[in-house]
Amino acid sequence: MQVYLDNNATTPLDPQVLVAMLPYFTEKFGNAASRSHRFGWEAEQAVETARQQVAELIGADAKEIIWTSGATESNNIAVKGVAAMYADKGRHVITQVTEHKAVIDPCKYLEQHGFRVTFLPVDRLGRIDLPQLIDAIKDDTILVSIMHGNNEIGTLQPLGEIGRICKERGILFHTDCCQTFGKVPIHVEEMGIDLLSASGHKIHGPKGVGALYVRRKRPRVRCEPVLHGGGHERGMRSGTLNVPGIVGMGAAAELCRLHLDTEPARVAALRDRLKDGILTQLDEVFLNGHPTERTPSNLNLSFAYVEGESMMMGMDDIAVSSGSACTSASLEPSYVLKALGVGDELAHSSIRFSLGRFNTQEEIDYTIGRVVGAVRRLRELSPLYEMAKEGVDLKSVRWAGAVSQPGIARDTGYSPGRS
Amino acid sequence: MPYGEKIIDHYQNPRNVGSLDRNSPNVGTGIVGAPECGDVMKLQILVDEDDNIVDAKFKTFGCGSAIASSSLATEWIKGRNLDDALQIKNTDIVRELALPPVKIHCSVLAEDAVKAAIADLKAKRTRPSANAAVEVAITAK
Repeated sequence: MQVYLDNNATTPLDPQVLVAMLPYFTEKFGNAASRSHRFGWEAEQAVETARQQVAELIGADAKEIIWTSGATESNNIAVKGVAAMYADKGRHVITQVTEHKAVIDPCKYLEQHGFRVTFLPVDRLGRIDLPQLIDAIKDDTILVSIMHGNNEIGTLQPLGEIGRICKERGILFHTDCCQTFGKVPIHVEEMGIDLLSASGHKIHGPKGVGALYVRRKRPRVRCEPVLHGGGHERGMRSGTLNVPGIVGMGAAAELCRLHLDTEPARVAALRDRLKDGILTQLDEVFLNGHPTERTPSNLNLSFAYVEGESMMMGMDDIAVSSGSACTSASLEPSYVLKALGVGDELAHSSIRFSLGRFNTQEEIDYTIGRVVGAVRRLRELSPLYEMAKEGVDLKSVRWAGAVSQPGIARDTGYSPGRS
Repeated sequence: MPYGEKIIDHYQNPRNVGSLDRNSPNVGTGIVGAPECGDVMKLQILVDEDDNIVDAKFKTFGCGSAIASSSLATEWIKGRNLDDALQIKNTDIVRELALPPVKIHCSVLAEDAVKAAIADLKAKRTRPSANAAVEVAITAK
């Protein structure tokens, strides 16, 4: 059995979405910007229907939706576009340390171009502290960008309260809703959201398409474009529209909206079944992120004494991801887990399971068996597990990493506690 | 990243997993790495009176390549004498397992573990009262 539990990375396309998209590759191939013939009108009509479908899912007006190539672009337009447009008003932006890199890196870009950015810390469960947010707001703050659900640990931020804080002070509020769009109820009016990023491929839609909600009333929000060209999308995003992709994202959003009352609850129940099945059979497994305020799809666990990549190797028919350094080119463990204060050793031991529409109970039960088997086997192989069972306090050991250079011999050995 | 065949073989069928009596005067124990770096290797050797390594055991916390590197190291040092075992270079391990560049540190750690085990054994001989490595760790603060 092959089980795909990496739906926070990407999701399989829903076959219904594919059916909706197909005609727009072939017979309905028109350019949505062609105003002079049937082909163009047909494409434009499809794009506007999709715009409505996306808008409806977040309580917005269709005119407030801008099509992009994905959430990374949406975040770039929101952060850099607002900063460029409102630079005369102020040069301070607030975000948080656990944002996706698609927000962090644009913020770092701003820092190199005359802006100040405050990166708010998070607590052990991954939430920002609202009084701290209020303290961070200065006279020249123009934008707060706080994500809804975290992609690694699933923690949800209190968007409504953040929105209210921003509204009261006349500051624009952007939120990256990549992991919650279509999965957690969102309402831009009730939550005081001014800009919102969403992605097609996280909701069983196609890759290469995303949306940015940009508020048109109270206040009318403006963004400098990142891409200049034909002035498409209210001048905020030039470029010929990806009609099949947009149709797909619209259809995917529509499916999410129709099943919003039942599907997230079903996925969350499977997620909890996975968690309970693992926790009842294994000791020293720790949940990362918030126990209740989290996206329905996400389960992030640290398996003490076992390294994440070796675990994935030991259950290679289960597709998951890890916060272990070994899975990244940088050899640094997940910055999100580090921000929680999880400790590097438990960050190396973390596995993210993320569920989606097509996961079944049978798959979850199979996964539980595979996880438990892999962890037991690797713990038998783990010197840390052995030491812990012998009563050694691993925190009291003075460890030394590999200090010799590749290929260069050292004449002294190392043992913990010596020297 | 797809893994090489030899890495997978050592990961799935690790050689010489286990522990030796660390208090024995003929056992040397090397523990290298750190949990926060994502790799810890414990490698132990048992020698006879002629300094031949008659047995070797390991336990490793780390990725598949770290497990494979230490497994291979125990396989290679068994039957060698101490001086011979010291000749094993991490680059030999890299070549044998076809480790990608990002995993070279795993081979370095395995080489270090062998050297640490030998150094521990030699230290025991010069100071027979010295306890094994792990026991020192228990009291260290």
